[in-house]
Amino acid sequence: MSVKTDFDGEILYCRLSGEIDHHTALPIRLEVDDKIENCRPKNTILDFTDVTFMDSSGIGLVMGRYKLLSEFNGTLEVTGLSNNAYKVMRLAGLDRIATITKGVKK
Amino acid sequence: MIINEFRMTVDSRSVNESFSRATVAAFAAQLDPTLEEINDIKTAVSEAVTNCIVHGYKNEVGKIYITVKIHNDNRVIITIRDKGCGISDIKKAREPLFTTLGGDRAGLGFSVMESFTDKLLVRSKIGVGTTVTLCKKIHGRTK
Ligand SMILES: Nc1ncnc2c1ncn2[C@@H]1O[C@H](COP(=O)(O)OP(=O)(O)OP(=O)(O)O)[C@@H](O)[C@H]1O
Ligand SMILES: [Mg+2]
Repeated sequence: MSVKTDFDGEILYCRLSGEIDHHTALPIRLEVDDKIENCRPKNTILDFTDVTFMDSSGIGLVMGRYKLLSEFNGTLEVTGLSNNAYKVMRLAGLDRIATITKGVKK
Repeated sequence: MIINEFRMTVDSRSVNESFSRATVAAFAAQLDPTLEEINDIKTAVSEAVTNCIVHGYKNEVGKIYITVKIHNDNRVIITIRDKGCGISDIKKAREPLFTTLGGDRAGLGFSVMESFTDKLLVRSKIGVGTTVTLCKKIHGRTK
């Protein structure tokens, strides 16, 4: 599991990779929150293209970042979701708080 | 009729979440499931095992008992049991967004288990433990 981040002054881009579960969610959260606190981005993109597995810990991760970002009116986008991850996020109603899109099939 | 059965016991350590779901999925692979069916099983098992760790054995490390039974009609029955604190109100616990932990927990574990399997049974007793049973019919790639 790893996170690569990039900030261009407005948009914070975070590319997550590997499996997201309760075990791996904490280090991802710490890394992303640290960047959000420091950069105060207008928009944050969580790119799931390289995420190979996700359970409800992934929902918690997205919801928690949404809460943090909305404290200073930052918006959230979730991209590159697999069919499975998209299914889980829709189930949680995350499409109502963030822009969520599926990835292109490789 | 059960045609094949597998049992394992793991400690309630979070590193065993990925091990448990991968192992159950590997056993179910003999039914030639689709990629989506395998993912559904992995996700549901991950939810149940995580619950044993974060809720059942909140302040301790205990054992998680997992059995997988394959029936001749292509049904997989998975039971995941802990001897942890138990659930006082199962009906309430199963409601979407209900959580006793907060933080980054969404309260959606049971909803995910329900929607990714055909049937979810939860039995629990305070101070004795919790057993979750997941049933899923595998339609597979060939049928
Ligand atoms: N094995 C268990 N032992 C004791 N309590 C449990 C167990 N499994 C679930 N619960 C109780 O049921 C509630 C709902 O569980 P559920 O998995 O739906 O949500 P969650 O674990 O709180 O959050 P999420 O799964 O979305 O991270 C939990 O908050 C907990 O109180
Ligand atoms: Mg849970």
